[in-house]
Amino acid sequence: MDLKLSSVSHSYGPTQVLRDITLDIPSGRIVCIVGPSGCGKSTLLRMLGGLERPDAGRVLQLGEAPAGCLNPLTYIFQDFALLPWRSVRGNVALVLEDHGLPRSEREAIIADVLARTKLTDFADALPKQLSGGMKQRVAIARALAVNPAVMLMDEPLSALDSQTRELLMDDLVALWTRQPFTAVYVTHNLGEAVRLGHKIVVLSRRPGEIREVVELDMPLSERRHGDPVLEAQQQHLWGLMRDEAAAADAELIDG
Amino acid sequence: MAEMTKTGAREVTFRGGGFRPGKTRGVGLAVFVVLILLAEWGTRSGFISPLTLPRPSDVALTFHELYTSGMLFTHLVPSLTRLFVGALVGASLGIGLGVLIGLFSLVRAGLVPLVAAIFPIPKIALLPLFVIWFGIDEASKYALIAFGTFTPTVVATYAAVDNVDRVLIRMGQSFGLRWWSIVTKIVVPGAMPGILSGLRISLTIAIILLVAAEMLGAEHGIGAYILQAGSLYDLERLFAGVVILSLLGVAVSAAVAAVERRVLRWRV
Repeated sequence: MDLKLSSVSHSYGPTQVLRDITLDIPSGRIVCIVGPSGCGKSTLLRMLGGLERPDAGRVLQLGEAPAGCLNPLTYIFQDFALLPWRSVRGNVALVLEDHGLPRSEREAIIADVLARTKLTDFADALPKQLSGGMKQRVAIARALAVNPAVMLMDEPLSALDSQTRELLMDDLVALWTRQPFTAVYVTHNLGEAVRLGHKIVVLSRRPGEIREVVELDMPLSERRHGDPVLEAQQQHLWGLMRDEAAAADAELIDG
Repeated sequence: MAEMTKTGAREVTFRGGGFRPGKTRGVGLAVFVVLILLAEWGTRSGFISPLTLPRPSDVALTFHELYTSGMLFTHLVPSLTRLFVGALVGASLGIGLGVLIGLFSLVRAGLVPLVAAIFPIPKIALLPLFVIWFGIDEASKYALIAFGTFTPTVVATYAAVDNVDRVLIRMGQSFGLRWWSIVTKIVVPGAMPGILSGLRISLTIAIILLVAAEMLGAEHGIGAYILQAGSLYDLERLFAGVVILSLLGVAVSAAVAAVERRVLRWRV
């Protein structure tokens, strides 16, 4: 299942945040969206998953979601969005409860995703007992449980410290290598973009327009921190973004 | 090192600390004990005249008589029943309507002004009306207590629903949860801390209204007992009644705290 944005524009009141965005999200690949703050990248992601309606243009789903897919478009949020009153297991169970699955099947799915995210030993812990990295792994486990066709990740690593971020990036790469998934990954961190993206979309500052689309062919598993090719790409991306970011920074909020 | 002392090394003065309420056990009890001992000493020594304040030991004796004669339960059982039924009805309706106000803009627009209008009415002023509506019996007392519990519960509940993290609700929607699941599994548990702290206040108000209702017309009940004692200037019995009310208040507060500990285990 592919996703397609076709000349999408959006405004909040008098402020236009997105202008004429056309973009393909091919299945089995990770598309990173980078851009200066306030360029509408999170808005774009909310539109992709149907949490927001664009003023103009269309968000299209091409083809049917694969069988066994409980929630085709699944988010991973920056601040985890775990229910603090439910255990790790309970948080994963939440998204399975409305699908009328037999209990044994639910248990099997939960056990499987907790094992894949290395959380089996923490199944009964409450979110308050977990570190930021663990919380995000719970959110990833929850997303995997519904077997999504596309994962929509909104700065999933931005609330974490840099060491944890490295570890989680490795986890994401390992998950993708085992079973390639489609993802849209919004970030302001260019390092994450060049590590995880097959396709990196650079947005301009508000109103967000596509400045450039960079394709990266190096397999995810071969990408390392400090790799010269990736470094060069990152420099290139930063070159594109520097002036935009500086200008965006100097703008008044709601100005 | 020697050089450092020569240049006048000294400890950096500590200036953090404080502003962190901790648990200190037994102090609350000690304050009670000291006050009671002071009253006992004052009345015995004649420093406080028996007309101003009854002797605590006499109050205890009266209380003991009340207990042994069986009259304690004659008064306590109807009071507790009224409190339970009234508060249960009022709190349930309050929580239900509060959640509806929190969820639906139309209900909010229609009912928030109404709640604001009835909140400041001293409910006891409406007792005659309730007597006409529900009769002189128990029903009018239940209605009064329920009504008094209802308003603060509604306000606390819809404020608590407003404060539920919207990110969690969006999360529920993004996973395709049913509307009912979002309400029961995300909104209501998320509003629980606010609802429970609202219950603390509304249950205390329920005790006040219980006594008021019983003073205006009841054969048995703690309020009737206090009224009787008051009109006879029997200060020992009056205070015995007041002590029962205080204990009732402490018990209600402890019950809410116990529920909070159980239900809000997840809180940081």
